[in-house]
Parts: sequence; C-alpha cells; structure tokens
Amino acid sequence: MKIVVPKEVHAGEKRVALTPESAKQLQKLGFTLALESGAGAAASFNDDDYRAADVEVVEDTRQLWRDADIVMKVRPPEQHPQLGVDESELLEAGKTLISFIWPAQNQDLMQKLSERKVTVLAMDSVPRISRAQKLDALSSMANIGGYRAIIEAAEHFGRFFTGQITAAGKVPPARVLVIGAGVAGLAAIGTAKGMGAIVRAFDTRPEVREQVQSMDAEFLEVEMDEDGGGSGGYAKEMSDEFIRKEMAIFQQQAEEVDIIVTTALIPGKPAPKLITEAMVKSMRNGSVIVDLAAEQGGNCELTEPGEVVVRHGVTIIGYTDLPSRLATQASQLYATNLRHLLTDLTPDKDGVINVDMDDEVIRGTTVIKDGEITWPPPAPKISATPRAEKAQPAEPPKPKQPLISQALQPVVALIVGGLALFGVGSVAPESFMAHFTVFVLACFVGYMVIWNVTPSLHTPLMSVTNAISSIIIIGALLQVSSSNILLAGLATFAIFITSINIAGGFAVTRRMLNMFRK
Amino acid sequence: MLNQGLVTAAYIGATILFILALGGLSHQETARRGVLYGMIGMAIAVLATVFSAQVTSYWALAIAMIVGGAIGLRLAAKVQMTQMPELVAILHSLVGLAAVLVGYVSFFGDSGYYTGVEKTIHSVEIYVGIFIGAITFTGSVIAFGKLSARIGSKPLILPLRHLLNLAGLIVTIWLGSVFLNADSTMGALIPLILMTLIALAFGVHMVMAIGGADMPVVVSMLNSYSGWAAAATGFMLSNDLLIVVGALVGSSGAILSYIMCRAMNRKFLAVIAGGFGGGGSSSAAAAGDEAGEVNPIEADEVAALLSDANEVMIVPGYGMAVAQAQHTVNELTRYLRDKNVNVRFAIHPVAGRMPGHMNVLLAEAHVPYDIVYEMDEVNEDFPDVDVSIVIGANDIVNPSAAEDPTSPIAGMPVLEVWKSKTTIVLKRSMATGYAGVDNPLFLKDNTRMLFGDAKESMEAVFKALSI
Repeated sequence: MKIVVPKEVHAGEKRVALTPESAKQLQKLGFTLALESGAGAAASFNDDDYRAADVEVVEDTRQLWRDADIVMKVRPPEQHPQLGVDESELLEAGKTLISFIWPAQNQDLMQKLSERKVTVLAMDSVPRISRAQKLDALSSMANIGGYRAIIEAAEHFGRFFTGQITAAGKVPPARVLVIGAGVAGLAAIGTAKGMGAIVRAFDTRPEVREQVQSMDAEFLEVEMDEDGGGSGGYAKEMSDEFIRKEMAIFQQQAEEVDIIVTTALIPGKPAPKLITEAMVKSMRNGSVIVDLAAEQGGNCELTEPGEVVVRHGVTIIGYTDLPSRLATQASQLYATNLRHLLTDLTPDKDGVINVDMDDEVIRGTTVIKDGEITWPPPAPKISATPRAEKAQPAEPPKPKQPLISQALQPVVALIVGGLALFGVGSVAPESFMAHFTVFVLACFVGYMVIWNVTPSLHTPLMSVTNAISSIIIIGALLQVSSSNILLAGLATFAIFITSINIAGGFAVTRRMLNMFRK
Repeated sequence: MLNQGLVTAAYIGATILFILALGGLSHQETARRGVLYGMIGMAIAVLATVFSAQVTSYWALAIAMIVGGAIGLRLAAKVQMTQMPELVAILHSLVGLAAVLVGYVSFFGDSGYYTGVEKTIHSVEIYVGIFIGAITFTGSVIAFGKLSARIGSKPLILPLRHLLNLAGLIVTIWLGSVFLNADSTMGALIPLILMTLIALAFGVHMVMAIGGADMPVVVSMLNSYSGWAAAATGFMLSNDLLIVVGALVGSSGAILSYIMCRAMNRKFLAVIAGGFGGGGSSSAAAAGDEAGEVNPIEADEVAALLSDANEVMIVPGYGMAVAQAQHTVNELTRYLRDKNVNVRFAIHPVAGRMPGHMNVLLAEAHVPYDIVYEMDEVNEDFPDVDVSIVIGANDIVNPSAAEDPTSPIAGMPVLEVWKSKTTIVLKRSMATGYAGVDNPLFLKDNTRMLFGDAKESMEAVFKALSI
C-alpha cells in the first residue's frame, strides 16, 4: 500500500508526519512512500533527505492525495488555503487517514469524514495502556510541550534559573510551580530542575507524588481524602471543597514563585480555571505564566490562546503550538509513534494494513471504520495507573501492648540477672565462680569487639573465630598423655581434627584478606 | 618443661592476642595484622600446653598435628571462594566433634577426682559441653550438606516438630539428673550416651528445618555454638583460656546471628524454629492481580543503557555466586569506571549464604573494596542511580517488603533498586526466591529482565559494550 504525507496546511504548523528515518522503517513493513514537496522543510528535513530514503517527492497536492492508500498527517484535515477545498474532501472512499483528530471537539469533521466512507485512526485516541505507550503521540507531544514551556518561560523571564554567587552579588534561584504532573508537567519539572530552579508541583492525583519527588521537586497537596485519578490515567473533576483548598494553595504559591506552568486538563471538558486574575496581580513583576492548557481555554483567566500577553506586569504565554516550536524533535517522535502504529497494523509485514477491531489498541485508536463512527470506544480494560484502593495504605497494624512497659524492661532484666547470679553464687564453689567471672567478662569483651567489625569482613570474622575456637585443642593436648590407650586415642583424634581446623581456618582467612584491596 | 605459672602467663598472652585478632577485623587495613596476632596467639597457647608438665606423649600429638595441619592447609588452598560457607560449616562440625571427644575423655579420665558439689558441677559441665558439641557437630554437617547442595535446601518440616524438640529437651534434662545421681562410671555412661544421641538427632533436625534463605543465620549460629562448646570445655577442664576464647567466639557468632536476623526482620527464635514461605500465598495471589507484565531485555540493549549511564549500582546475590559471575562483573565494572561511569556495589547483609559472602566474592574478583557499600550507606542514593543491575538476587530487592504489609517478608529492610531510573534483573527464570514470595519488582515499569545464566549474560553485555 502507498502511504502519502501531505504538507501541513495549518498556519504556523512546522511538524511533519514522516522523517527519513521512519521512512526506512516503514519500507521494511512493505509500504511505498510519497511526500509532498517541502513538507519537511520547516522541521529541517529537506526533499533530498527524503529522496535519499527512497521516498517519492510529489509536487502536485491533488495528485498526491489521489494516489494514496493511507494518508499520514499531524493536524486534523482543514480547509486547504491554496486549493480552496477541505482536505477531507481530497480523501477518497476506502482510504485511511492517520492524524490527530480530537473527535470530541471536532464533531463536524467527524461527520464529514464519515460521509467520505473512509477509515480514520486518531493519534489522540490511543488508549493509555502499557502496551500502547510506544505509539502514544499525546505523551510524546506533551513531553515536548513541557520542555518547551520552560524554554519559553526562560525567554520571557528576566533572571537566571539557577542560583549563583558571583563577584557581582548573589543571585537567588528561580522558583517554579508546575500545576498538573502529567507527562508535560513532569517534563517541565525535569527541564526546570535541570536549569537549576527550585521546583514545586501540584497534582490532584496522589499517586504521582512519588514521580514528582523522584525528580527532586517538592510535591504540594491538599490535605483531604479525595483521589483525583480518573480512568485511563487522566485526572477527573474535583469536589468544590477540594477546589477551594486547592485555590488557597495556588494563591499562596503565586505570591512566592516566579514562574507558573499550568498543564491541568480534564478530557472532553474546558480547562479548569486555576489561576485567577487576583493571583496574577499578587505575582511579582516580571513573573511568567506558561499556560499549556491554552488550547482548551487556559488554566489562567487572563490567558489569550496563541498569544503572549503582559497583564499586571506578568507575562502570560498562551502558545498552543509548543510542540511545533520544537519541530524537528516533535516530528521525529511523532513519526516514530506513527511507525509503531503501522507496525501493529501490519502484523504480516506485507504492506497491507489490517484494522483489527479486536485489538484493544487499534480499536481505541480507530474513530471511523469504513465510514462508520466508532468513537468513543468502550472503556479500556486496564488502567495504566494503580487502582484507588492501592493508593490508600492499609491501616497500620496496632502495636501490641507489651507485657511489661518499655521503661521497666531493663529493670526487670537486671533483677532477673541478679537473682540468677545470686542463685549460682549460693551453691557454686569458689573455684567455679572464678571461672564464671572470667566467662562473663569475656562475653562482654567479645560483645564490644565484635560490634566494631565491618560487615564486609563478616566472612573472614567467621573463619578466624572458627580457627580460634579450635583452642579446644588444648583440652585434647592435656588429655593425650592419658595412660588409658583408648582415651589417649580419642584425644589424639581430637587433636587431629582441631589441627585441621586451626590450619585451615587461619590459612583461608589469610587468603581471603589478601584479596581485599583498594 | 614449663611450670604452671609460665603456662598461665602464656595463656594470658594468648588471650590478649586473640582479642587483638578480633579487634583487628574492624578495618580492612588492620585485618591482616589481626589474623597474624591470632596465629601467634594460637601458637603460643599450643606450645605452652605441649611443654607443660601434664603432656608427655609427644609423638602422638606431633603426628596428629602435622597431618591435621597439612590437611587443613590443603583445604584452605583449594577451596573456591563461592564454597566458603560450606568450608566454614564443615570446620564448625570439627570443633563440635572435638568438644564431644574431649568431653568423653574428661568423663572417663577425671572420674573419682572430684567430690561433692565440685563433682556435680564438673559433671554438669561435661554434660553441657557434650550436648552443645554434639548439636554443633551434626548441625554443621547438615548445614554443609545443604550449602553444598548435597541435601535439598527446602526446609524439612516434620509433623509435631516443636513437640519433638520439646520432648527431646525434657528427656535430656531427665537423663541429666540420672547422670548426676549415678553411682558408678558405667551407670553414668548410659544416660550420657543416650543424651549424646538425642543431641546429635536434635542438631540434624534443627538445621533440616531451616530453609536456604536462612542459612546465613544458621552458619553464624553454629559459629556461636562452637564457641559455647569451647567455653563449656574450658569450664570442664578449669581452663580460663578456653573459657575466654569460647566466650569471644560464642558472642561473636551470637552478634552475627542477631545482625542477620535484623537484616531479615525476623525473630531469632522464628528462624531456629524453622520453616519459611508458608502464608505467602495470599499476597502472592494479590501480586498476581497487579496490572503489569515482565519486560525482557537483550544484552546489547543493556550495554546501550550502561553506556548512557552516569551512576550504576550493582546488587549481587547468591545467583552471582552460583554462576561464578564475579570476575565478569569485575571486568565490566573496570571498563565502565574507565569510561567515568560511577559504578558501585550495594551489599545486603543477608545476600548470599553467609555473612559477608558477597564481599569475599567481589574481593576475590579484585573489585576494589572502597566501591563496595553496605545497604545503609547507599540505600538513599537509588533515586540518583541511572541503572541498577540485580545479579541473582530476589528477596533482598523485593519491594513488597516495604510496600505490602501482608507480605511474609514485610518490614524486612531491602535495597530499594526500584527507585533507580532503570533496573535490570539478571535471572535464570521467573522462579521465586528462597522465601517463596513473589517479587513485584519484576513487574515494575522501569524493570527489565535479562534471562539466562548470570555469567553468560554479563559476558554478552560486556562484549556488546566493548565493540
């Protein structure tokens, strides 16, 4: 089958759905490839690069669409500015389109595509399960968005991110608050951290706390028992009480931090308004807000989608095309996601796709099958995140009431020990007590000495104590001169085996210790 | 011929040297000198005894010592470092056997020498000395069998085993009173022999009931017993040197046992009572519910991960000893360190089959000891580690110890490898560890499984790295 990649027509879109690298991989699956001339130029892939990878470069856009079996794009089809037709109309019946679609927001487009009797796979509808991670384009793009958000913030922020002490004075580190610790949020945390900023993060889902902390950022949370984890790894809407407390946290943070990156999205709903105008006012002059939810209306009340505005001395960045601003990287990742999807679609590597609706991943991704709208898919079977009951730690077992209270224990031990000693002393003869004194003292010496032994030398310790415990040979030596031949024989045998032990124990200890070296 | 005063003086010198020997082991730098002290102390003690007034049979003892010494040296030179636990166990059995022999000789030789309370005390000392010696003897032999895989390492659980042990103990005490009240040597001999047989059986039964994972505790416990046996012999012979050395060794073994038990978060008595792995089924079933699958990885991918890493932590376990992989691990370590990768080793206290087992193996392979760390020293560092390599370890890296309160190993301190960015687990198969507990580490998203023999896998990784 032939896969074609038209040039993106959306204003400012620089990404491309195919790279020379992914082209080679797709050819291995048996596909032939064609690309509209100049499609990769904005992402720094020129036509010759593609030609070198055996991709046919086509000038005529209509011709390209007509020859296609599969069309791969980044943006959803829209009105073509040069040709004056909608891209969806260029797609003929029976063909397959793979791109971002956003079916929830683009009902009209879905209707139009359905009328064209085509099959559409939406890269934004890939189910969020472990197996589908390699084709999860949303995550790839979110990762880039989070990175780019910090880069954009840095551009508009008038200070260093990292704290420095220079000859010209002390520079405090920038303080960054990231709201929403999803893929984009974590990428932003990592980037800001890498630049030396102090990073805090907020999320309604308690299970991301560990991820945030693993990146060395501080996790802020609302002290309340409500889990924000919805199905499919996304957040859900929270109760009013929760939101009130959460807003109080944001108000306080706004006064402290220099940069706020918001990434809060709830699937299929407008973005929640988390940063109010009052909060913006309370921020220091020169602070920056990057609103990654701008496309869905923004998390900040003052965000203007697609624009950078300055309000109350605070720069509010509402770019909706952050991944496109890192076009080469974004194209590489997106093209790889597409390549993984096609790998799943062509299990036989024969260049013919098989839209297998029994496969959970392909089922979820396919939003229109041969003209029939199949969106939304049935709920995914497995969530990528642990279930709620896992998040709540089990009730810690109550410590058992000790029989004797902690403070009394040493006293009791002393009394018992004293009585035992008294008991022994009252019956034993003096000669025994002398030996017993030596014994008890030796136990204490042993206790003191052994605790100092380094754990790495425990094996040599055992073999040396083993050798030393063969001191029992002295007993046998004292007995070997017995006049009874049987007893002398037994003693000789005891000498024999303890000698093995002495020689063997010391020799092997020496051998071991000689191996320890710096 | 030395008089008694000189002999005693020599014993005092030997005692001090033995204490210095153990003290020297607190650092690698002083350890070698410590062993030298120990050898000198032993030589002084033996020579002083040989030249004391009581000893006249020079030929017999010379032959026994020379032959025995030669055998011992040969054993020490031949043993593989991976077999250290077995060697230590079998050497313990010799101490136990010697204690039994010396006890019997003392029983026959000294009869009629003491009277009254002194006789009772002396008899008790003989009785206790033989009892401990016999347990040490058979216990060590069984431990040797288990460690060298001549006997299966599964715990043997007899029905009513606790009752059996208790009955043995009661009979032993009863026999003891018969022994003390016997009128003639022969009348006392029968209970003594019966008690010895019970003690021998008790030693077998006790160690048979202990599973492979608890072997470090058993080995150090037997170490302790061999010390107590020597101390009991010292009381029997009224010899302070034996008492002191026995007490030193006994407390050393006891402390080691305690450290091992603490490292496994288990009660000493629970280990001795034996049996481990029952009751794990419920949590095993729960772990099975967890969404997740095993992610296998190939050697060349591991190599790629390693070449991109800055911080690598290697966690060795018994599997490394079995596969003899320590030399390959060292080559890999050296290669990575030359490339400025910070490779470190994290050793769990109960890794392997005896205390310090892993340290000895790594030392044998010439891994510098200053990059080998204890659990407490490095457990905090895992979040900064790029790649953790777990070589043939299981229970000591099991996250359910920390996360699942119903797990049989809950609360056991473990190496938190799952906090590193990627964890590579070298494993033969998906079998559970000795504790018989499923390991959710293998199902974690950032865990990759490299199946196969640890040595071959490490060689493949090293080859892929160096091309």
